[in-house]
Amino acid sequence: MPDTVTATDALIKVDNLSKYYPLASGLFSRVRHYIHAVEGVSFAADAGEVIGLAGESGCGKTTTGKLLLRLIAPTNGYIYFNGIDVARIPSGGKLKAYRRQVQMIFQDPYESMNPRKTLYDIIAEPLAVHKIGNIVGREQVVADSLARVGLVPPETFMFRYPHELSGGQRQRVAIARAIGIKPRFIVADEPTSMLDVSIRTGVMKLLLELRQEYNLAMLYITHDLAVARYMCERLAIMYLGRMVELGPTEEVLQNPLHPYTKALISAVPVPDPTFKREAIPIKGSISRPVDPPSYCRFYPRCPVATDYCRENKHPPLEDKGDGHYVACYNV
Amino acid sequence: MVDTASQQVDRAAMRRERWRLFTRTLRDNWRLFVGSKIGPIGLGIVIFFVLFSASYPIFMAVTHNPRIYDPVTGFDYDLMPTSNPHPPTWSHPLGTDVYGRDILSQLMYSSGHDLLLGLIAAGAGVLLATLVGSIAAFYGGIVDMFFMRVADIMMLFPFLATLVALSALMNVSLLMLAIFLAILTGFGTTSIILRSQALQVKVKPFVEAARVSGGSNFHIIWSHIVPNVLPLSFLYMMFSVTGAIFTEAALAFLGFLNVRMSLGIIIQNANTSGYLIGTRLATYWYMWLPAGAVISLICAGFYFVGRGLDEVVNPRLRER
Repeated sequence: MPDTVTATDALIKVDNLSKYYPLASGLFSRVRHYIHAVEGVSFAADAGEVIGLAGESGCGKTTTGKLLLRLIAPTNGYIYFNGIDVARIPSGGKLKAYRRQVQMIFQDPYESMNPRKTLYDIIAEPLAVHKIGNIVGREQVVADSLARVGLVPPETFMFRYPHELSGGQRQRVAIARAIGIKPRFIVADEPTSMLDVSIRTGVMKLLLELRQEYNLAMLYITHDLAVARYMCERLAIMYLGRMVELGPTEEVLQNPLHPYTKALISAVPVPDPTFKREAIPIKGSISRPVDPPSYCRFYPRCPVATDYCRENKHPPLEDKGDGHYVACYNV
Repeated sequence: MVDTASQQVDRAAMRRERWRLFTRTLRDNWRLFVGSKIGPIGLGIVIFFVLFSASYPIFMAVTHNPRIYDPVTGFDYDLMPTSNPHPPTWSHPLGTDVYGRDILSQLMYSSGHDLLLGLIAAGAGVLLATLVGSIAAFYGGIVDMFFMRVADIMMLFPFLATLVALSALMNVSLLMLAIFLAILTGFGTTSIILRSQALQVKVKPFVEAARVSGGSNFHIIWSHIVPNVLPLSFLYMMFSVTGAIFTEAALAFLGFLNVRMSLGIIIQNANTSGYLIGTRLATYWYMWLPAGAVISLICAGFYFVGRGLDEVVNPRLRER
């Protein structure tokens, strides 16, 4: 991947990241099949920047997020955080030091908290694991974090159990847990998708405010382009494990170049009954990327595909100006 | 942080709040336990037998003469030696056995030992099972395979035959039996059940959240998986107390245990001296009925407590 895609001085820089999962085969069968969950993903994020990662379910968004945090070990590729290759840190002290600087907010606020722990235990867990401060100090940090995410007065919330809270409150607790150790990079995995529409904006606003306060870099995973537009400076579109388009959010949404992005955007409903938009039909349905052929992943469904697309490898991300990258031969 | 950082936390208020919420949780669970109806009955039975057996050493030290009331060597010279077994009298509320020993003090002595045996065997066994199940589920792969094959072996283990052989080689004491049973439950059936619970917990996102926070394997097992398996462990601990006491009674009856006195031995004495035959069964009821009733009641007590705990632990069982 050319270095132009990934700025060299970025806080986090991902280069050609791939993850293959072996499919269970027969006991003595020698043929192994692989699901190419994520393949050749490259991007970079500066401190204070929110990068959106959008795509339909199963396209590898969450896997990418987990790869960045080393919850999953990557098959190929590099992840540079502050110049350190995270993909190859041996587990142990150095990995723990990396995790001191990153956090994750999970999609499901009901399952991402241990039901047998109080909010204090949940929020103080990263602090306790990294042995930051003493118990008194941690109580103060927890109280401050709770107050910061709008759960006031903190004393009344501190020793409650997650099941006593609403979904929105729980997601605020998840955010409080994430900011407690003052991370530099957060992976937010659809943090608002399971929340009621009426409280989504509050949570998104909070995340944007925190980004400002802590100069956080954030990978914001979503399938909702409206959310992406609200949250992200830059937006990446993924299809079947491949990044097909990357650029400034407005640019990608107003002027989509990749046929898949165009189809995706044309599928967003517009609250105007008289509005007529050019529908971009794509044929077939999303498949599993099991041992995919080397040509473009979108080829079987692409409305503008040519023989050239079939005869060549998956197109690389190319700059079409103003940092708008597209992986398509026909643009 | 923002303006809130300047507010100092009121630590005393916080501690009060923590205590209030903690007691509230206890109270809620207690209410559920009582609501199960069967649970408090079991707890009552268990408490009764704890007091029953705990009062034995006090009686022996204060009012009872060990020469008369010792469960093994006692003999009441006031009753004619030929009149044993003797039906209940004021000095021997449950009569005496064929050797002139007070049956009530035999009961008190053995129920205490049986309670201890049951609790030690079940406690140690379930502790082991929780650790084995959590570790097997968490690490998976070869570790899981190893522990589960060990569990299969334990389940198919001919433990009665082994105990018979063992009692021929050495004196099997109650503590040895407890350890033996603990290993059987710890690596056997209970560990399989707790492993399946741990497998459910292991894939929850909060385990991943702990991993992101830098938590080690030990941290995840100890502070996330074990606490979520523990309620089920307590439940199975109650059920395995029952199993341990039954086993002890059966083995003592068969004479495989090296114990001074036991509920099983009381019945065995009645049997070997020929009082469990025909109409004698009704005449000499005090020789076998109290011991049998104590075994059944203690086991029922723990089983009822388990059923009551089931109501607390298993939200699906709660009536809505």
